[in-house]
Amino acid sequence: MEKIILTVDDSASIRQMVTFTLKNEGYQVVEAVDGVDALSKLQQTPAHMVLTDLHMPNMNGIELIKEVRSNPDFKFIPIILLTTESQSDKKQEGKAAGATGWIVKPFKPEQLIGVVKKVLG
Amino acid sequence: MNEKNTKLTPEELEESGVAAFREEAAERLDELEEIMLELENNPSDQELVAAAFRALHTIKGSGGMFGFTEIESFTHNIESVYDQVRDGSLPVTDDLIALTLAAHDQIGKMLDSSEQSVDEIRKREGISNAFLNMLQKTPGEEEREDPKFIPEEELTNESQTFRVKFKPAVDIFAFGTNPLLLIDELRELGDCIVIGNTKALPALDEIDPESCYSAWDILLTTDKGVNAIKDVFIFVEDSAEVSIKIVESDDGLERQTTGKKLGEILVDRGDIKPEDLQKFLGNYERIGQKMEKEGLVAPEKVQSALAEQKQVQKLKDLRRKSETIQSIRVASHKLDKLVDLVGELVTGQARLSRLALEKNDPAILGVAEEIERLTAELRDNTMSVRMLNFGTTFNKFKRLVRDLSRELGMEVELTTEGGETELDKTVIDQLNDPLVHILRNSVDHGIETPEMRKAAGKPEMGRIQLSAVHSGAHVLIKISDDGSGLDLKAIREKAVNKNLIPAESKLTDSEIYNLIFEPGFSTASSITNVSGRGVGMDVVKKTIESMRGSVAIDSKKGEGTTITIKLPLTLAIIDGLLVEVGGEHFVIPLASVEECVELSKDDIERHHGRHVIRVRGQIVPYIRLREQFRINGQVPDIEQIVITDIERNRVGFVVDHVIGQHQTVIKNLSKIYRNVEAISGATIMADGNVALILDVNKHLQLVEKACQQQIENSS
Repeated sequence: MEKIILTVDDSASIRQMVTFTLKNEGYQVVEAVDGVDALSKLQQTPAHMVLTDLHMPNMNGIELIKEVRSNPDFKFIPIILLTTESQSDKKQEGKAAGATGWIVKPFKPEQLIGVVKKVLG
Repeated sequence: MNEKNTKLTPEELEESGVAAFREEAAERLDELEEIMLELENNPSDQELVAAAFRALHTIKGSGGMFGFTEIESFTHNIESVYDQVRDGSLPVTDDLIALTLAAHDQIGKMLDSSEQSVDEIRKREGISNAFLNMLQKTPGEEEREDPKFIPEEELTNESQTFRVKFKPAVDIFAFGTNPLLLIDELRELGDCIVIGNTKALPALDEIDPESCYSAWDILLTTDKGVNAIKDVFIFVEDSAEVSIKIVESDDGLERQTTGKKLGEILVDRGDIKPEDLQKFLGNYERIGQKMEKEGLVAPEKVQSALAEQKQVQKLKDLRRKSETIQSIRVASHKLDKLVDLVGELVTGQARLSRLALEKNDPAILGVAEEIERLTAELRDNTMSVRMLNFGTTFNKFKRLVRDLSRELGMEVELTTEGGETELDKTVIDQLNDPLVHILRNSVDHGIETPEMRKAAGKPEMGRIQLSAVHSGAHVLIKISDDGSGLDLKAIREKAVNKNLIPAESKLTDSEIYNLIFEPGFSTASSITNVSGRGVGMDVVKKTIESMRGSVAIDSKKGEGTTITIKLPLTLAIIDGLLVEVGGEHFVIPLASVEECVELSKDDIERHHGRHVIRVRGQIVPYIRLREQFRINGQVPDIEQIVITDIERNRVGFVVDHVIGQHQTVIKNLSKIYRNVEAISGATIMADGNVALILDVNKHLQLVEKACQQQIENSS
C-alpha cells in the first residue's frame, strides 16, 4: 500500500521540495500550510507520518505535535520535526511534545528519504 | 501542488525548487516590508514580531535548502535578533526597523543576481555586523549540532562485531517510534543476531498495550563502524537505554587463533578423544545452567551470552576457513566416474519420465518430476565441479614461452587475460597440446628477431596475448601475436608445391590461411628444434574439432596473427535437438540450431528440385539427411528443415520430424568407428535406443567436398 505522508510547512518552496522528493520515492503526500490546516487534513486523510516545520503562523510545530499526540486516533503516528534550530533545546522541546525525530534544515533530498525510511520502515 | 507522477531527476528537482524559492522569497520580502512599516506604528505588537521572524525564518531556511547560502548566512543573524525580540529580551527600536528594511533591500538584490559589487558586499557586511552587535550573547549559542550523517572517511573496511543492548523507554510508542524498525535498520548494517528479552513483560492483566516492555540484545558484525550504529538510535538516544560495545574485531580474531588451548593440542595429537575433552571441560551451557539455578543470572542473559559466544566462534571459523580450506583435492578419475554416473542417471531419468507419462499415474508422475528436478540440479552441480579456471594453465604457458624465446635468442612476453574463465577439466586437459603448438608457432614463425622488429619500428620485445572469454555456451580462446603475420604468397606456393591446391585455383585470403590446417603443411624453411617436426596445425585442428570446437585464423602482414579457438563449455552433456529420419534418430547440437521451418512438396517444386529454400527472403541451402545416410522409406508430405549456423553460414538439414529438445549425454563411438566423420558421438534415448550426434560442421564439409568432386568429374 502507498504510505501517506502529511507535510506541514508555511514555506511553499520547502513543501514543494518535500513533496517532489517523497513522491519520487513512491509515497503519497498531503500538504498543509500550518498546524491548524494540518489537523484538518489529518482528519480527512489519516496519514502514516507527519513532517512538520517548527515555526508557522496559526499553530506552530510544537503545538501541532501536542495536538496530534492528544488525539487517540493519531497518538502513535511518527512525527518528524523540520527545523533550522540546531540548538538542542528546540529538539528537546519537540521531543518532550512527542516528536519522533527531527531533520535539521538545510537537508538534502536523500537525507529526508533516509529519515522517512527510518521511521516508516 | 504538483501532480506529476513521473520520477524527477535530482537536477529537475533542484531546478523547480530554486524557481519556487525565488517566487516565495519575493513574496516574503514584500510581507516583511509591510510588517516593518506597521511595526513602526505598533512597536509592541507581538503578532507582527512573530510574523517578521517567520518571514525571515522561511527566507533563511528555504534559501539554505536551495543553494542560496549567501542569503542564508546573511539572514541568520537577523533571524536570531528577531528570535530575541520575540521572547522579549530585545526591544523593537527605530534602528532595528531601519536596519531590517536595509537588510530587506539587500536580500532582494541577492535574490535577483548572484554577482554583487564590492560596494554592495561591504554594505551587507555592515548590516550583518550591526545585527550581530544587537544580539544578547548567551553561552553556548554558537554550539553546533554534531553531524548526523557519518562522513565517509570514518568508514573502515575492517569488520567488527558489536554487542548492542537496546532497551527502549516504556513510552516509546507514544513518540511514534517502532523499535522493531530500528532493529531492522541494524540488520541492514551487517550480519545480525537478535535476542529478544521479554523479562520485563508483566502478567497479562497488568499489561498496558501502549507500553513497550521488551528489550533486545543484538550481536552485529559490520564494517560500517560504531557511528553507523549510533545513527540508528539517534532519535531515541535520550530516552532509551542503548549501549554499544565492541566484542570482536578482525585484529582480535587473528590474535586469538594463533594460540591453542592445551586441550585442543592434546586432541590434535591424538592423546585424548575430543568427546573426553568435552566431558572433562564441561560446556558453557552447563555453567550457564548452573548459574541460572543458583539465581546468579537470568536465563535470557545466559542465552544472549551464548549467542555472542557462538557468533564469535562463527566468525573465527569463517576466517579460518577462508584462510585454509577453500577447496579439497579429488582424484580426477573419480570426477570422471561421477560425470559418467550422472550421465547414466540422466538417461535413466528420461526413461522414468517416459514410463510415468505412459502410465499416467499421478503418484508416479509426481515422483518422476521430482527426480527430473533433482537430476537436473545434480547434473549442473557435477558439471560445475569439473569446471576449472583457465588461468590455472597460464603459468605453464608463460614458462613455455620464456624457455622457447631464450632458446631461439628472442625476446617474447606472454600476457594473459580471462584467467577466471571456467572450462571443463577435460577441455582444459585436451587443450594443452594445441595451445603448446600454437604458442610454439607464434614464437618460432610469428615473432621476428629483435633486430628485425627494431627495423620494422616495433618494440624489441615481442608480445603474445593469450585470452579466454565466455561467449554463450562457448568459450573463445585467442592467441594473438604482434609478429610478422602470415605470408599469403609463401603459404600459397607451399600448398601448390605440396599438391594441396591446383596452381591456378582462386582462393580468398581466409581460404589461404586455412591451408595451414591441411595435413603435412609447414612453412618454416628450416626445421628447428621448436617447431616443424611434423606435428602440424592439422593436428591442432583435429584435436579441437574432436572437442566439438572450431579454430579460425586471422592475420595481417607485418602486424601479427590471431588464432581463435571456439570450444563448448563442456564435453559430457549437451542440449541437443532430437530429430527423426525414416525411423532413425539423430541429435543436432542445440547451440548451432537457429530455427526449424517446414519443407513442403510445393517448396521443392518451386526451386526445381535444387537443394535450396527461401527463408524470409534469404536463400538457404539444405542437406537431406535421408540422402546422406541412404535411409529408405516413405518421405512425409511435409518435411522439416533444421536451420543451423555454421561459421556464420546458414545451412539447413532436412529431416522427417523434429521431436524436440533432448538432454544429450555424449557417448563416444567405439574405436572401430573412429574414422567415421560427421558423427561426433552417440546418445541413449529414453526408450533405450541409440541416436547419433551429428557434427554439422563436418557434415557440411563432407557435402561440399563431394559436390566439388562431382563438378570436377563432370568437367
